[in-house]
Amino acid sequence: MMYWPLCPSSNPVRSILILGFGLVVLSIASLFIGVIDLRPGDLWRDRAALELVVVSRGPRLFAILITGAALAVCGKILQMLMKNRFVEPMTVGTGQGAALGILIAAIFFPTAPLLSQMGIAAISALIASLGFIAMARRLPPTQPFLVALVGIVYGGILGAIMVFIAFQADLLQYIDIWLTGEFSGVLQGRYELLWLAALVAALSYLAADQFAIAGMGRAASINLGLNYTQVVLIGLVAISLVTAMTVVTVGMLPFVGLIVPNIVSRLYGDNLRHTLPVVAMMGAGLVLAADILGRVVRYPFEIPVGVVLGVVGAVLFIWLLYRPARYAG
Amino acid sequence: MPGKRLVIMTGLMAVCMVFHMTLGTRGSWDFVLPFRGTKLAALLLVAVAVSTSTLLFQTVARNRILTPSIMGFDALYVLIVTLSVFAIGAQSYGTLPPMVQFFLSLAIMVAASMLLFGTLLLHRKEDIVRMILTGIILGVLFRAVNSFVMRMIDPNEYSVIQTSSYARFSRIETDLLGISAVLVLITLALVWRMRHRLDVLALGREAAINLGEDPRRDTVQILLLIAVLVSVSTAFVGPVAFLGLLVTSLTHVITPTAHHAILLPSAALISAIALIGGQTLLEHGLALSTPLAVVIDSFGGILFLFLILKRART
Amino acid sequence: MITVSNLTHRIAGKDILHDISLQIPKGQITALIGPNGAGKSTLLSAIARLTPHQTGQIMVDELEVGTSASNTLAKRLSILPQVPEIAPRLSVAELIGFGRYPYHKGHPTKVDRQKTDEAIVLFELDELHSRPLDTLSGGQKQRALLAMTYAQDTEYMLLDEPLNNLDISTSRSLMQLLRRLAETRGRTVVIVLHDINYACSYADRIVTMKDGRIGRCGAPAKIVDAGMLQHVFSTQAEVHIVNGRPLIEV
Repeated sequence: MMYWPLCPSSNPVRSILILGFGLVVLSIASLFIGVIDLRPGDLWRDRAALELVVVSRGPRLFAILITGAALAVCGKILQMLMKNRFVEPMTVGTGQGAALGILIAAIFFPTAPLLSQMGIAAISALIASLGFIAMARRLPPTQPFLVALVGIVYGGILGAIMVFIAFQADLLQYIDIWLTGEFSGVLQGRYELLWLAALVAALSYLAADQFAIAGMGRAASINLGLNYTQVVLIGLVAISLVTAMTVVTVGMLPFVGLIVPNIVSRLYGDNLRHTLPVVAMMGAGLVLAADILGRVVRYPFEIPVGVVLGVVGAVLFIWLLYRPARYAG
Repeated sequence: MPGKRLVIMTGLMAVCMVFHMTLGTRGSWDFVLPFRGTKLAALLLVAVAVSTSTLLFQTVARNRILTPSIMGFDALYVLIVTLSVFAIGAQSYGTLPPMVQFFLSLAIMVAASMLLFGTLLLHRKEDIVRMILTGIILGVLFRAVNSFVMRMIDPNEYSVIQTSSYARFSRIETDLLGISAVLVLITLALVWRMRHRLDVLALGREAAINLGEDPRRDTVQILLLIAVLVSVSTAFVGPVAFLGLLVTSLTHVITPTAHHAILLPSAALISAIALIGGQTLLEHGLALSTPLAVVIDSFGGILFLFLILKRART
Repeated sequence: MITVSNLTHRIAGKDILHDISLQIPKGQITALIGPNGAGKSTLLSAIARLTPHQTGQIMVDELEVGTSASNTLAKRLSILPQVPEIAPRLSVAELIGFGRYPYHKGHPTKVDRQKTDEAIVLFELDELHSRPLDTLSGGQKQRALLAMTYAQDTEYMLLDEPLNNLDISTSRSLMQLLRRLAETRGRTVVIVLHDINYACSYADRIVTMKDGRIGRCGAPAKIVDAGMLQHVFSTQAEVHIVNGRPLIEV
């Protein structure tokens, strides 16, 4: 039996409390770590300090918590819909599709408002996801690794196409921004789109049961009176929206949507209604911890959270590949 | 039949080489010839190193979808170079002669790839897909660690990271051309001596033992040769991703045989035509600013996907 | 003579082979029979060094398996595994040619070509000569593999269920060929057979195996009876004697 050190019990309520406590501690720490020295006492005395929190540190913290939670939830939903534990939006082309969309928007509609650029990114992400689903449908369901493999290569091809276009349009320097997630650019007024992502993720909680049924497959869904195609499409739209908003605002964050749901389902099983809040909190916690690590390890410089997550996530992914599936609850 | 095709491809390669040397030349030949000549030699070296290492790997892995790049070999080499810089310190590392730098990385690369890929290959389970996935994720891991360590060394140096993630065929560092050429030639000679043994290994473990070979020992030897070849090609141009897969797939179409005595030269020729021809075409023909590596990656990636999907259906 | 002494093989704490001692005489056909999972294939693999053995000793004449040079053994002993993986793009002739590899190491001589051609004719593969293996039927593939083993031209041949995929006519002619090889050229054949009636008709000696242990051994007429069938295979079947050889009612 594997135990996650943060929550040594299989009881969701208790671990929600423990996770919540951990999140609060990390969040407070996050507010006071940065190049400008800031102490809790300063907030009362110093107006500049308060402004720093309102304009920069606060938005950064919100952005981190929202993306972490939303990506983990999206990963879980995608895994349910695909009936495959080894997929997540950033490894099946959704993230690359979003980045491709924003690149196209930057080339053809450079003056369009952020919201419409985001819309193009979301549509492109949705098309990319549908493309993946179309391929995955043809794969034998007995081979879960194959689906993951195809997803990663598909994402890689979209990435290569993007680099190709970026080279021709001389926009290469932007690619790195979209492909490597980073929170250092998050400021008040430049991250608010993410609240929309939070809303989408929260709404999808309401549809948790539908996703769970769709996860049982087409036949089971129809048997239970569910419009399968509609539910899958709604799920994909939600995932594409969240992914697009994340990529546009902070860039790609790999593996969050893959690692977190797997660990949670190992500990608590797959009852979405019970586990989605844990998934969200653990996702937020993982990204927050990775971001703090990236900020302190080379202080005063920052290592992008995307890079930290790449290292941590890849190690955990390989570990997952070689662990027999085991579920509690 | 394969002999005739080898001759045709040799001719085609010669044409590519001539175009490479002469197209769009400006200025004095005294400058152009040595300049383009060294570049051409480096491209040739990389082409042969990539095609041979890929063929060798596919033979020991007994799978035509796997390649050293897909399994993360060249990402490992890039990481080793970066880690050496980190461990020794950027300034002291910079003062080391390039030869010492190269052989240091090469030695670590040989040891590390034996350890990692030797374990993966010799303890392989039946699940080939999981093995590919592991390799790809290992590649992701190496790249992520590399990028992490690079930022630890120099947090502001973004350009370094960008150049290391794509192969650069247009500007090749030729300092080490001489010693690399010697190294590659020795390796190729060893591979050529093994060509019949490779045929037997390709029959499978049990058949190879029955015929008096030792697949375990051979796998270790071949991994060593692969490590050397990948190190040389990566040192020159960086990671090549899907080039090897593209080349070997074409090789099996153009010269469909199980004999390494034909496969090895055939793959080398195809690789050279693709690299030299492709580079010349991009630079002078299409005047594209996109590096050849990106084009190869896109096509190679699509081919890889196609092969996987085809495999899944049968 | 192949001599196996005190051979034990464990996988994950379970004895696949348990303290096996066995002598296989020269110039005879020895059939290994026993229920599924008895350890027949493992024993064959151990003798042919496909599975490194853990304890005990295996001698093929004066050569000790595990310490003798693999190439020397390859000229003395050949094995055809039950489910061999083969490279699909090889042609039939190329595959059979590989049987000569221990002798020529990639540079075939006239003798090697002769032996290859002989095997092709003997196994009636002339027409399939240059066909790629992946276009053959199961039986044709099996014949090609047998021809390759034959071309290896070794004193000892270990065959693991070679009759798989073969129809009755090919099965009978293969067994008759093996008999000729044993009788006229003094070859030693160790063969795992699924069908005990084939073992009774063609083998000089039968070795029974069950649960990783050796049971009764001897000439078919001596050991094949209802009691043995009950003990080894847990089945009740009548045994008739036809032409001096036992025949089991199926």
